[in-house]
Amino acid sequence: MADHSATKTLDCSGLLCPMPVVKTNKSMKELQVGDVLEMISTDPGSLPDMTAWANQTKHELLESMDEGNDTYRFFIKKTH
Amino acid sequence: MSKEDGRRRLALISSQGTLDWAYPPFILASAAGAMDWEVAIFFTFYGLPLLKKELSAAVSPLGNPAMPMKMPFGSAGFQATNWNIPNALMSNIPGFESVATNLMKKTFKNKGVATVGELRDACVEMDVRLIGCQMTMDVFGFDKEDFIDECEIGGAATFLEYASEADVSLFV
Repeated sequence: MADHSATKTLDCSGLLCPMPVVKTNKSMKELQVGDVLEMISTDPGSLPDMTAWANQTKHELLESMDEGNDTYRFFIKKTH
Repeated sequence: MSKEDGRRRLALISSQGTLDWAYPPFILASAAGAMDWEVAIFFTFYGLPLLKKELSAAVSPLGNPAMPMKMPFGSAGFQATNWNIPNALMSNIPGFESVATNLMKKTFKNKGVATVGELRDACVEMDVRLIGCQMTMDVFGFDKEDFIDECEIGGAATFLEYASEADVSLFV
């Protein structure tokens, strides 16, 4: 697992669309530019959705990982 | 209302108030809000009660032939089973729609789907514009006081002016 030294971790385990992106965006607003958010989800739809969310919000998706057993981990850097 | 520079805009019409049809506009609106889009939902006809302070959206499998009837308990195989119940039988069982509504709510909760109320709260928190249709209020006898404080009232022209600058417009 890459070490992105997350500023904050958000656990969206058990939540389905659209809550992982809704909660991710809310958490991003509480961070400072340059901070990194780690988000964990169990919804396979998070993989394409987090990519789309990052494209739209222009935050930087540093890494998205499929860790198996329906666990996904994302690192997002706040850019603005 | 002119669009803010650099932001995408989503314009939705919500015209159906059953539990199954209440989800799509609130899911799309909250996802778009989470992507920092400007969003408005115009609630008209049967969609209007989704603005009521106390949500009471229900669902009926009657006349809803593609709706699966699933049980929210038991083994995985049991939960995956679709219970095909003939319309003639459903329509004669008192309280069947209330049972169907509760089964759907329970299934959604078990699977981790937010409630319609939670999604609506998320929309309010993200400043999604919620516009109630004045004409529908007049026809069905609703007052502004029936609805959540965060909504505004308007008509077709209000929605169309907003939608004229939208990047995505959808009728649900």
